[in-house]
Amino acid sequence: MMLGRLLGPRVWLLVAALLAAAILVPMANLWLPADSPLHVPSYMVPLFGKYLCYALLALALDLVWGFVGILSLGHGAFFALGGYAMGMYLMRQIGSRGVYGNPVLPDFMVFLNWDRLPWFWHGFDQFWFAALMVVLVPGLLAFVFGYFAFRSRVTGVYLSIITQAMTYALLLAFFRNDMGFGGNNGLTDFKELLGFSIASQGTRAGLFAATCIALALGVLLVGGVTRSKLGKLMIAVRDAESRTRFLGWRAEHVKLFAFTVSAVMAGIAGALYVPQVGIINPGEFAPVNSIEVVVWAAVGGRGTILGPVLGALLVNAGKSYFTVAAPEFWLFVLGGLFVVVTLFLPRGIVGTIDHGWNALRDRRRSLSAEDGTGAPPQLPPQSPAADRTSMPDGALPSPAE
Amino acid sequence: MTMESAQTIAGPVPASAASDVSLARAVVSPHPYATQRAAELAAKAATVSPRRDTLLYLNGVTKSFDGFKAINNLSLVVAKGEMRAIIGPNGAGKTTMMDIITGKTRPDTGEVYYRGDVDLTAHDEASIAAMGIGRKFQKPTVFESQTVEDNLRLSLAGSRSIFAALFHRKDESERDAIGRILATTRLTEKRRTLAADLSHGQKQWLEIGMLLAQDPELLLVDEPVAGMTDAETAETARLLREIAQTRSVVVVEHDMHFVRELGVKVTCLHEGSVLSEGSLDAVSADPRVIEVYLGR
Amino acid sequence: MLTLPCRLLTLAFLALLACLGSGAAAFAQAGDPAQIVQKFGGKTSFEATEATVKELAATGDPAVARALNALAEGQLYYRKSDNRVFIASGGGDPLTLLDPLSGDPAGEEPSGNLAKVKIKNSIRRTVSDALGSLTLASPDPAKRLAAANTLFAGATPEQIETLDAAIAGEQLPDIRARLEQARAAAVLKSDRPEAEKLAAIELLGSRGDREALVVLTAASAGSAEAAVKAAAAKAAGAIEETIAFWAYAQNVWYGLSLGSVLLLAAIGLAITFGVMGVINMAHGEMVMLGAYTTFAVQETIRAEAPSLFAWSLAIALPLAFLVSAFVGLVIERGIIRFLYGRPLETLLATFGVSLILQQGVRTIFGPTNRQVGNPDWMSGAFEVGLMSVTWNRLWIIVFALIVFAALLLVLGRTSLGLQMRAVTQNRRMASAMGIRTPWIDAMTFALGSGIAGVAGVALSQIDNVSPNLGQGYIIDSFMVVVFGGVGNLWGTLVGAMSLGILNKFLEPFAGAVLGKIVVLVLLILFIQKRPRGLFAQKGRFVEA
Repeated sequence: MMLGRLLGPRVWLLVAALLAAAILVPMANLWLPADSPLHVPSYMVPLFGKYLCYALLALALDLVWGFVGILSLGHGAFFALGGYAMGMYLMRQIGSRGVYGNPVLPDFMVFLNWDRLPWFWHGFDQFWFAALMVVLVPGLLAFVFGYFAFRSRVTGVYLSIITQAMTYALLLAFFRNDMGFGGNNGLTDFKELLGFSIASQGTRAGLFAATCIALALGVLLVGGVTRSKLGKLMIAVRDAESRTRFLGWRAEHVKLFAFTVSAVMAGIAGALYVPQVGIINPGEFAPVNSIEVVVWAAVGGRGTILGPVLGALLVNAGKSYFTVAAPEFWLFVLGGLFVVVTLFLPRGIVGTIDHGWNALRDRRRSLSAEDGTGAPPQLPPQSPAADRTSMPDGALPSPAE
Repeated sequence: MTMESAQTIAGPVPASAASDVSLARAVVSPHPYATQRAAELAAKAATVSPRRDTLLYLNGVTKSFDGFKAINNLSLVVAKGEMRAIIGPNGAGKTTMMDIITGKTRPDTGEVYYRGDVDLTAHDEASIAAMGIGRKFQKPTVFESQTVEDNLRLSLAGSRSIFAALFHRKDESERDAIGRILATTRLTEKRRTLAADLSHGQKQWLEIGMLLAQDPELLLVDEPVAGMTDAETAETARLLREIAQTRSVVVVEHDMHFVRELGVKVTCLHEGSVLSEGSLDAVSADPRVIEVYLGR
Repeated sequence: MLTLPCRLLTLAFLALLACLGSGAAAFAQAGDPAQIVQKFGGKTSFEATEATVKELAATGDPAVARALNALAEGQLYYRKSDNRVFIASGGGDPLTLLDPLSGDPAGEEPSGNLAKVKIKNSIRRTVSDALGSLTLASPDPAKRLAAANTLFAGATPEQIETLDAAIAGEQLPDIRARLEQARAAAVLKSDRPEAEKLAAIELLGSRGDREALVVLTAASAGSAEAAVKAAAAKAAGAIEETIAFWAYAQNVWYGLSLGSVLLLAAIGLAITFGVMGVINMAHGEMVMLGAYTTFAVQETIRAEAPSLFAWSLAIALPLAFLVSAFVGLVIERGIIRFLYGRPLETLLATFGVSLILQQGVRTIFGPTNRQVGNPDWMSGAFEVGLMSVTWNRLWIIVFALIVFAALLLVLGRTSLGLQMRAVTQNRRMASAMGIRTPWIDAMTFALGSGIAGVAGVALSQIDNVSPNLGQGYIIDSFMVVVFGGVGNLWGTLVGAMSLGILNKFLEPFAGAVLGKIVVLVLLILFIQKRPRGLFAQKGRFVEA
């Protein structure tokens, strides 16, 4: 199979690690005795599951930001929409076990004296329908939004600002009780998912495994897309959009494709997130959340595949640590991260390591070569690593041109 | 759009325009309106005919930015297979003219036709490029973070569909086509080099190579030798002459030495319109050109 | 020209006539109020009390108002021993006694020795009518006006004569108009001839406010004559239109007010983002710092020199400018200058700064809202036509316009402004001309930030001062600048005002939140239609 060469060893390593985690972590949690050194405590399973959802979200953002140069400050909206679609399913599964015991209406609707289910709540008692909506709603929103934005050539910072306005508008909308999504409190008190109790250890382990697999699939998808000719075109659009137009490519189609795929990935991440944290509320739409996603990708290294995954895990682990150890310092740390990463680590961790490694190899090569004219050294013609395509020497892409 | 539809109506007429029209006039003459209509058709056919053999036809094009007329009643005709050099001082409207031809800027007034009957003002950059007009920017614009080979691969003629690109597979014919262009542009050695690591001149050539990969009928080349060494300039002139054997080329250039080397018809622009046109010797002897551009 | 005593006399005479008309009181000489007031003493019937009230009113002596007020409020007592009437004040025992007319202290008395003069609702009404006609004679124009307004609301046909007299004696046109309106209201309730009623309707129609509408609607509903009914309905309709117009005007005013807030928040951004092209996500925090500076200044003033409180905002203004400008300068020198030409990175780094500033303020001042006081001249409201204008909103509009004008002046007339424009238009050329471009960058950024701080002083007057203050404005500010057109201060002005008005006009239909959502969605659509805003800069060098 050609796939091995197409994706590069690093992507396969990441996929393998995720699949291993999908199997080993639930096993270590469920079957190892609690005093075993390898036992994974129960609280950690949904916690890591949450991190992996964030990693998928960061990867989705990286597809548009790192590879196409669209800095979306509204990816939290797609994440939250996917989460709400899943939350609506979980809400319907509560059935008559709610506080008010209404077999059809969720508690908050009974509380608001609604006498019947709003039209957009129909169908969410079926898992397949909810799963379809998890994909369709964020995808459709991204498609429509992107269609108009990219066709009118809204680029760079302007695009960032209107994506932020989009998630802000949704935030305001979902806060309203009469939107029919539980208002301020959102959707919570879930009971079961596909017939399994949502609080049981087995379900949590299963959700963790599902998240690992979803992330692995996401990694494969992003890896596959970015290594294809379309992926090269994406980078071309990022680096010199007008050149692609004058070559006859429709840059807006490239962007729309990436944006929509990315939104769907974010939606799936949100859908996996909700049952693991047990709640979805309008706060997920807050613009700050979306910007935080950007910093995960930036810390890890945008334009790479490993980077955003690593960044999301690291930053969120740090957040968990700080919110317990010194909650008042977390925002200083997060804010500092933004500044430090953009100033001193613009390629992120993975990008910087790659760059340093390549520079070292190039120097060694140019020392051995007799080409003394000072011309920049050439790259070896071997198949480059998965993340090699991203950054040019010296100049970072500034997609706003 | 109206012009275009008029074309399709008038299109078949001028094959034997004169006789057809006289015939029509004879037959329909009892009705004054029919006669008038026939005369109009004839007039239209007469206006069409001068651009039937042209590849690029600009007539009365005007474009102003905030009152500043970058292009002012510009008319220019490039024949099929012709190579044309455009000279002129800074701000003469050379780049704006290219923007208009390639669909980046829409003119305020005037006609821009490609292959005689395609109204370029109704199309955008991508579709104009797909029609066979390639453009090289003044500042070399290549995909710096990708290899020379990938730069050319993205430029090769073929489907511009997103999904075709997603499921694209490399094959022999593609490799050969890239190989040929690399050979033409003297970049075979640099096949796997990142474009960012090329020298300035090599980037210019890569960009010309990307244009060639597009397989265009018309190449618009903006200042191809800016910043090049003499040897590179001579090499570029050779390259462009080679290309011009099979395609039409419009070269915008300041370097008179280079223009002389090309040895083609020259158009001098000034303040957005044509100041002088002809052979380089004739143009450089034109007192107005000397006044505004060459200097005494 | 009638003199005051003369007017009083006429009034008294007419009040007397009214008394006669009602036939309640004997032909009492408009006698000594001090004697009449004693009639309240002793166990009397309600009818007798009411008659005494009318008799007191008939004296026309303003002094009786005190007694009548005390009666209405249940503070009028008589001593059981001698039936003398007093006003008793203070809740304790013994009660402090006051003379019912002069209000002079008249000793103390245990409450057990006193009995309250009993009244009922109908007497209260008589008292208030009496007070109304009494104060009509007051030498204080404000009191006369208040009395006219009271009479208008509860006009009865019996008061027509009283009013006629008052109208004849009144010299101030405003008050006379009010009195005439009150009379018209009374006429409509009376059985006067139709022509007189029609004239009254016309008069009320020309008054044209909600009170007139109430009277006219009642007349239209309760009137027997068809012509009067129709005229009243027509006049009421006309007034409704007027009210609708003023509601419209009020909306415009609210819109302008919101617009001025948006303008204040966005105007600094119009410099940093619009002119320099720097995306400063910490802009909102510059506003917040300005607001906290105001808070700190007020706290200091409260502690050190409370007399200066009225000046607190004036003191805070320059300080807020300096604080925010300094922080802006630090951000520019420390971070932004390394990121010129990389707008997305600038966006991220400044967002980080905004988080740090927010947390910093939270650590220093605490996470809760801080109270910033309004000086006297910022509080209260006044009426224009039928709309109410609050002083703080008015001052903020004025202030926003002043800041805007000052900024125009700085950019257009000073050498710093000239250099700023030069640098933003052609950095290399400006540099070649000897302008120190890095210094200009820093100054421009500091100016934009300082203006944000000044805006914070104004916003502290109408918004909660909390560490999140800035966040609420940042998206709106960007929307305003982008909507108005980047690099165009006038565009920012028009953008802010039109967005403010649009918001306020959508609110009645859609509610505040939905209105805001609608505005955001419209803006998103607008930016896609015209990515360069309302007043876009055009030209070959502008790249989309």
